Amino acid sequence: MDWLDVVIILVKVVVCFLLLNLLLAVVVWAERKVIADMQSRIGPNRAGPYGLLQSIADGLKLFTKEDIFPLSADRIVYPIAPIISAVPAFLAFTVVPFGNMLSIGHRHITLQIADINVGLLFFLAMGSIAVYGVALAGWSSGSKYPLIGAVRSSAQMISYEIAMGLSVIPVVLYAGTLSTRGIVLAQQHMWFIGAQIPSFLIYLIAGVAECNRAPFDLPEAETELVAGFHTEYSGIKFMLFFMAEYMHIVTISAIAVTLFFGGWMGPHPNFLVPLWGVLWFLGKTAAFVFLFYWVRASFPRLRYDQLMNVGWKFLIPIGMAWIPISAAVHIFDIRRVVLVGAGVIVGIIVLSLVLPTKKPEVLTEEEAKTTA
Amino acid sequence: MTIDTRDVWVEDETMRVNMGPQHPSTHGVLRLLVEVNGEVVVNVEPIIGYLHTGIEKQAETLNWIQCVTDITRADYLSNFFNELAYCVAVEKLSGVEIPPRAQWIRILLCEFNRISSHLVWLATGGLELGAMSMATYAFREREQILDLYQAITGTRMNHAYFRPGGIALDIRPDHEQQIRDLIKVLSARFVEYEEFLASNPIWVQRNKGIGILKPEDAIHLGVTGPALRASGIAHDLRKVSDYLPYDKFEFDIPTGDVGDCYDRFLVRMAEMHESLKIIQQAIDTMPTGDFRASGKLVPPPRNRLPVSMEAVIHHFKLFTDGPHVPAGEVYVAVESPRGELGYFVASDGRGRPWRCHIRGPSFTNLQIAPLVAPGYLLADLIAILASIDPVMGDVDR
Repeated sequence: MDWLDVVIILVKVVVCFLLLNLLLAVVVWAERKVIADMQSRIGPNRAGPYGLLQSIADGLKLFTKEDIFPLSADRIVYPIAPIISAVPAFLAFTVVPFGNMLSIGHRHITLQIADINVGLLFFLAMGSIAVYGVALAGWSSGSKYPLIGAVRSSAQMISYEIAMGLSVIPVVLYAGTLSTRGIVLAQQHMWFIGAQIPSFLIYLIAGVAECNRAPFDLPEAETELVAGFHTEYSGIKFMLFFMAEYMHIVTISAIAVTLFFGGWMGPHPNFLVPLWGVLWFLGKTAAFVFLFYWVRASFPRLRYDQLMNVGWKFLIPIGMAWIPISAAVHIFDIRRVVLVGAGVIVGIIVLSLVLPTKKPEVLTEEEAKTTA
Repeated sequence: MTIDTRDVWVEDETMRVNMGPQHPSTHGVLRLLVEVNGEVVVNVEPIIGYLHTGIEKQAETLNWIQCVTDITRADYLSNFFNELAYCVAVEKLSGVEIPPRAQWIRILLCEFNRISSHLVWLATGGLELGAMSMATYAFREREQILDLYQAITGTRMNHAYFRPGGIALDIRPDHEQQIRDLIKVLSARFVEYEEFLASNPIWVQRNKGIGILKPEDAIHLGVTGPALRASGIAHDLRKVSDYLPYDKFEFDIPTGDVGDCYDRFLVRMAEMHESLKIIQQAIDTMPTGDFRASGKLVPPPRNRLPVSMEAVIHHFKLFTDGPHVPAGEVYVAVESPRGELGYFVASDGRGRPWRCHIRGPSFTNLQIAPLVAPGYLLADLIAILASIDPVMGDVDR
């Protein structure tokens, strides 16, 4: 490793950071536009063409806003909490491979900030650290709504962390590596989604919960807790929480693409090969981000205990059951067809248990009367 | 129980949370002092009075006609019902019969008002459980109904369109087509909404078995309206009272079985369909004739003013001193979207009401919250409150 390698890494970090910030602005703008369209509204349309500059205008506004420091807030933890929330959100993106390889001269530059051999663990760890930001923010605000929001949030994120951890294990078993780049390369013949539908569904549901997005947005349940853990935050501190949330969405989507949808891979013409990889990656990620919007516009919010039930009673048991199944199939090399079939069946079971509980716990009249 | 209002964090391992008066889901400026044990609600105390506007007192300073502009602002989501109850009361005091056309137009607009009020409930109720798309959908349709109000009455809210002795202006023939088009749009959309929410497992889970109001409790508290009917008691003033000729119309009174939030949701959805049925019949059987009674309670026809001295004097006296309503007192109750909206009006024989008391259904129905909410989670309290559908203008007046 010579000095040029250091320079390359620094350039990658700076360029990625700037581009991600820009991307966040677009993600926020796109969410507002997409949901507005779904709700037969117009959405932002004042700042710039199609309201494209709206996010930037909002960012500038938040920069210049008064930074309110509540009297009862903790002197040290209160200002640190948003940083604890935002920094891991950005760090988690460092292990995302957004392209294959760029060759300049005899130098090969991987299109990934850091291809570490425990990349996936690093991603999960960063997700866990972000919980601290939320929990500390709620505690240090010295106010009741944030406190309730923080308690909800910690419980929710920890339970769904487990489900998410379980959902990636089969993928790791198949790829034989924790390196995110290695996982993408292992999907050259078949994307893991083909064999891992249950894992994917668990990952997706846990991912939505991990980002505190609707229908799992209990920590900031607007109509109950005003703004949840960030009720007392204003100005730039609020912006950090806001950015962290959208950064999580991008990262969760990007990792979903990496784990299950072949990352940067896709058919492409034979020129500018690295660019096509990046485009494929961005396109797939955008599709997932769109899914986040769609879910938010469609579903009401779950209740706290219902949320916990979904996590502990469905996602975690199914995740646990799926690991030995896929491991056995992998070891005994049963034909892929069998695995795909099993995957589809378990996937249907997961979906029917978790999402459309067509017959919810309907209280009969007598039961309802006795519980009342 | 008595509430200690000291600002305490934790006391006896329960926490007091002040929801409101500024809070995203308290329907205006309701303040709920909630005692929670973790997330479980132990006690709820609604604290009201933040929207007290003195509407009743102000009515005493206005003459009988001006009063309509005042009391229409009480329950600001069902303006026509305020006007209706007040006008019927004044007409009863004066012994005036209003012509059928006025009655039909009143029914028509009141039923539209029931829909537009329920649409706000649907929008805010959906929003409060996180179904935020429902909010914009319901408001989109409400907007069309408000456009109709604007075409007919000139205003979108606070119409002052019903007047003692009839209505202010006749509806024009081109309104009829607008109404028929609107019926088509609404009946299709209501089905859509019911599918959107009732087939959504999360929505059902959040509402089924939550906030069960037993019928005997409902009666003891004086609960009326959809909340009462959801508990299984088919009491509707449109069927048992004669303030408007509802006996000429075919419609059902939807009721629930359990009395939970889901039943209240279904009852209101069904009521919107029933209202559409009434509107359809009203527009089909709209009688011709005068749109207001003749006599001292209403202004003289405009074309009489240049030719009749008596008409000029009548007009002048009516708008300066107000119509003289015979002394007496009367209580008129109408079925508003929220329940029994009652007006007690007393006259001492002069041009102004001596007293005008409003029995707001939201005020009475709000008592459900402290009764049924304990034992449920904080999130359920929001669902219960949304299903009561209180309007603070109606509570505090």
